[in-house]
Amino acid sequence: MAARAIWKGEIKVGTTKVPVKLYSAVQDRTVRFHVLDDRAKKRVKQHMVDPDSGEEVPTEEIQKGYEIEPGRYVILTAEDLEKLQPPASRDIEIVEFVPQTKISEQWYDRPYYLGPDGDEKDYFALAEALKNKESEGIAHWVMRNKYYAGALRAVDDYLFLFTLRDAKEVILADDLTKPSGAAPTQKELAMAKQLVEMLQGEFSPTEYKDEYRERVMEFIEKKAKGHAPRLKAVKAKRQTAALDNVLAKSIESLRKKEKRAA
Amino acid sequence: MPPRSSRKRAEPEEENAGGRPFWSGTLTFGLVSVPVSLFPAARTVRTSLRMLGPDGQPLARKYYAEKTGKDLDADEVVRGYEVDKEKFVIVTDEELERLAPEKTRDIDLKQFVPAESIPPIYFERGYFLTPAAGSQKAYKLLAETMDKSGLAGIATFVMRGKEYLVAIFSDKGILRAETMRFADELRSPADVGLPKKKEVPKASVTKFEKLIANKSKKQFTPAKLADKQTDSLLKLVKKKQSKRENVVKVEEEMETDHKVVDLVKILKQSLGGKK
Repeated sequence: MAARAIWKGEIKVGTTKVPVKLYSAVQDRTVRFHVLDDRAKKRVKQHMVDPDSGEEVPTEEIQKGYEIEPGRYVILTAEDLEKLQPPASRDIEIVEFVPQTKISEQWYDRPYYLGPDGDEKDYFALAEALKNKESEGIAHWVMRNKYYAGALRAVDDYLFLFTLRDAKEVILADDLTKPSGAAPTQKELAMAKQLVEMLQGEFSPTEYKDEYRERVMEFIEKKAKGHAPRLKAVKAKRQTAALDNVLAKSIESLRKKEKRAA
Repeated sequence: MPPRSSRKRAEPEEENAGGRPFWSGTLTFGLVSVPVSLFPAARTVRTSLRMLGPDGQPLARKYYAEKTGKDLDADEVVRGYEVDKEKFVIVTDEELERLAPEKTRDIDLKQFVPAESIPPIYFERGYFLTPAAGSQKAYKLLAETMDKSGLAGIATFVMRGKEYLVAIFSDKGILRAETMRFADELRSPADVGLPKKKEVPKASVTKFEKLIANKSKKQFTPAKLADKQTDSLLKLVKKKQSKRENVVKVEEEMETDHKVVDLVKILKQSLGGKK
C-alpha cells in the first residue's frame, strides 16, 4: 500500500520550480509501551499541576514563558506566538549546493522521500543532475508553521529531503581537545592496523538485525500467555591484559577463524 | 524508576542532567577492550518554552488516574504493552535489562567499512566517546588506526532497553558514535509508492546541472542552517525584557532537573582524564 504524503511543496532552484510530495522515509519499529496506573492497570492521563499546591492548572490558565535566567521568565502571549509563526509557503528554497562529502554525519536528522507531484520529467531530471554533479542542496522551507533547514539529495533515482540540525546544536570535534595520556607505540599501531584490515568489509545494512526487539516481543508474548521465562541477573565486567599481548592474540584468533573458514 | 515514555524517545540532554555520561560501557575490537563513556554530540537548543501558572510559577507535568483523578508518583506507574484492546502485559525495567545477553552490552566492532560509504539516511544521533581512566592508550590506538585507514567501525549493542546499530568514526583523534536506523526501519521507494524512473530528455538534465553549477559552493557553511524562528523568538524576548514587559520572577527551588549543562566543558574534562 502506498504511503500517504505528509506535505506538498515546490523545490525552487533559481526560477525553476519542481512540484513534490513529501513522505516519511522512516518507519519506527521501537516496541511501544504505555504508562499504566500500577493499581488499576489502566492507562494514565497527564495534566499540569502547580508543584507547591499540587492543584491542577487548567489549560486556559497556562502561560508560556522563556527563562532568561534561573527563576525569571518573559511571558509570551498567544498573540506573540502567533506573530512568531513564519508566513505560510510551499517553497523548498535551495540556497546553494555543496559537494556531497562536505556535510558530516553529525548534521543529518530525519530523512524524507520526495516524490513527483504531477510532472515527473523535471523531478527525475533534477535527481539525475544532482547525482551527476555529486552535489546536495541546502534547503529552507516552512512546513506546518515551522521553519526547517535541510539538505536535498539524490539517492539512486529519487530525491530525498533531510532535516539538518541547527548550527547551535551540533558540537564539533574542533570544539574539543584530543584525549590526554600515553601514545600507542609503533608496534601497537602496526598490529592494530593489521587487525582492523582483517575485519574490513563493505557496509551491508541488512546484515544487522534488531535481535533485542525480537527478544522483548517474544518475552511479552510468553508473559501474555502466563508463562514468562525466568531471567538471569546481570553479571559484572571482566578486566584486560597488556595492550600488545591482546592485539597479538586478536590477530592470532582471527587467523585461526579464517583458516577454519577456508 | 519511571517507565520510559511511550511516545517519545529518551532525550539525551534531559538524561544528561548534572553532566553524567549518557552511557558507560566497553568498546571492543578483536580482544582489545576500551572502557568508554558516551556523551551527546548535540545540545538541545533551549528555545522550548516553560509552562507557567497564572502567577508565573513553573508547572509540573503529572500522571493521574482517570477514574480517581489522583496524581500518581513515579513508583505508582508501570510500563505495559497492549497485547489486546485495553489488555496489557507489564514489563519491568529489570526484565528489559535482563533480556539483553551480556555480550550484547558491549560495542563490539566486528566490522570496519570505508567511513564515507554509509548513506546519510541511516544516521540518527551522534555521541562522543571519552576514554575511562586507564584506557587512554587503547582509545588513541583505535582512533589513530581508524583515522589513517579512513575506516569506521560497525556494531550493534543494547543500551537502556533498546538495541542500537552504531558506526564509530575517528574525528580528529576523538571517537564519535553515530546511532543508525536498522534497514527494516527505512522504507523503500516501492513501500512509499513512488513511480519508476522514466527516461528524461538530456536537455532537462543539462538545465538542472547548469542551475546547480551556478549556485555551487566548495564548502558547507553551517551558519546557512540558522533557525530563523529561534532567532526571532530570542529577539522578541530581548525586546520585552528591555521594556520590562511580561517579566515574572518566581522563587527558585529544587530546579536541578533543568539545570543548564555545559556539554563542551564536560567533554573536555572527560577527554582530559579528569573526573
